[in-house]
Amino acid sequence: MAKRRDRNFLGPAGTSLGLGEFWALTAAGFVLFFAVWGGVAASGWLPPNLLPSPLAVWDTLVRLWNQPFAGHVYAEHLSASIQRFLMGWAIAVGIGVPLGLLMGWYRLLDEIVTPLFDAMRFVAPLAWVPLAALWFGTGIGGPLLIIFVGSFAPCVISAYRGARLVETRLVEAAQTLGASSRQVMLHVLIPGALPSIIAGLRVSAGLGWQSLVGSELIVVGAGLGYLMVQGQGNLNTTVVIAGMVGIGVVGFAIDVLLRAVEAAFKRKWGQA
Amino acid sequence: MSEIVFEGVTRRFPLPRGGEFLAIDRIDLRIEEREFVAIVGPSGCGKTTLMRMAAGLDFPTDGRVLVGGKEVTGPGPERAVVFQQFALLPWKTVRENIGFGLMCKRTPKAEADAAIARYVELMGLSGHEDSFPHQLSGGMQQRVAIARAYVMQPAALLMDEPFGALDAQTRIVMQEELVRLARRNPRTVIFITHAVDEAIYLADRVVVMGRNPGRIIETIDIRPLREDGGWEAMPIEEVMDTPAFTHMRSRIWKLLKAREQERPAAPAPIPATVPAK
Repeated sequence: MAKRRDRNFLGPAGTSLGLGEFWALTAAGFVLFFAVWGGVAASGWLPPNLLPSPLAVWDTLVRLWNQPFAGHVYAEHLSASIQRFLMGWAIAVGIGVPLGLLMGWYRLLDEIVTPLFDAMRFVAPLAWVPLAALWFGTGIGGPLLIIFVGSFAPCVISAYRGARLVETRLVEAAQTLGASSRQVMLHVLIPGALPSIIAGLRVSAGLGWQSLVGSELIVVGAGLGYLMVQGQGNLNTTVVIAGMVGIGVVGFAIDVLLRAVEAAFKRKWGQA
Repeated sequence: MSEIVFEGVTRRFPLPRGGEFLAIDRIDLRIEEREFVAIVGPSGCGKTTLMRMAAGLDFPTDGRVLVGGKEVTGPGPERAVVFQQFALLPWKTVRENIGFGLMCKRTPKAEADAAIARYVELMGLSGHEDSFPHQLSGGMQQRVAIARAYVMQPAALLMDEPFGALDAQTRIVMQEELVRLARRNPRTVIFITHAVDEAIYLADRVVVMGRNPGRIIETIDIRPLREDGGWEAMPIEEVMDTPAFTHMRSRIWKLLKAREQERPAAPAPIPATVPAK
């Protein structure tokens, strides 16, 4: 990621920069990265079957795009992964956000769930792979569980924090105007927690997408993780790296998209 | 049917490190229907807590609070509150904020729209119906908050230093507006303030409170002064220049000051607000 820096390149990060300069520096970062990678690959320190050159990976990407590998062309692997991710993430958001809001509102639920939750969230998504495999076998459930576990915690935490940060006086004002619990939830807590929830969704989407490869270690028939595991089995490092490129690009796209959503909300409600 | 009665009301708050803080000590106060009562007192005298108990946002440790003969068990739209920091919903427009209480009680849309339009007009908010609170000045935000309370046609209006956050000029305009509204459409009002001028100008009766523990020092009827002086017809700055007004102001100041000297403030922490869940 390119850091926005002062003109003399030494000031604190965040100083504003022209859009042109921003993209130029971003591009410079990538150019440097590919140059080092290409240089090391060309130097012959590592055999090409362990570290292929960027060009070899590009060729492989083009080939995977046109010819099936591990049963499918690249776009199919990509779409299988994205679908799996969206399902798992949707379940995490659908359960996590309401749970977090309720925890923020009902003291009792907060005290029952929070310690349990704090203990559970340190079990990494990958640690769930064996159980997921045993419970769901080769079904869709296994990968979904892993993605769910990966993205659930930030959904709960952000909704919970968001609800707790809503000022008490706003809740009181609504109550004195005759709002029921349901109306307070709908018109005060949810909108008040929304900026925090959206920030949480961004984090949770990132973590969920990262858990994807782990989820696809469980037997699935298509997907970027599956593509990489098959590539590893064939000692085909260009395929493995091509899979990594796809994960990176899609992850970045998800982040950019959710940042735009976040910015749109901030614009609408001022400081919010 | 909307008189507010405090009967032997005591409120203690538990302190974080054990023990209790006596915020209000056995207060008896009766506010008649359609009477405008201002409560003045130093910070920490429990005046806000008293108002919150009438609103149903806080409850006495001992004693009872009755509104219209019924004990207060929680907040309700028949007792509208105007908060010091406005407490508008930032994600709702002026129109939606004013109409929030009407929406909660499912007033038919046409009727609600008409009522909102009337108060937008009355409070001088025309042209800002679709603005969000952060786009308005403090004075205008407070007008929205007052409109939001008035539109409910509440039997009782509870105002907690509603003009405390405004600059001096806006404050005077708002005080005159409140007098206009209150005289045209009288309600039972509790008006909390620490500005003595404001209390005398606005209220039928002024309740002077002292702290440690919070209690009533004296209750003063302002009505004879206002009627004899013809204050209704005068602008606020002229009212504040009359001998009757300045005399009353120094009388209340002396009451407040005497109490402070008589009992030096004990270093007890004062809970500003208490989360009500």
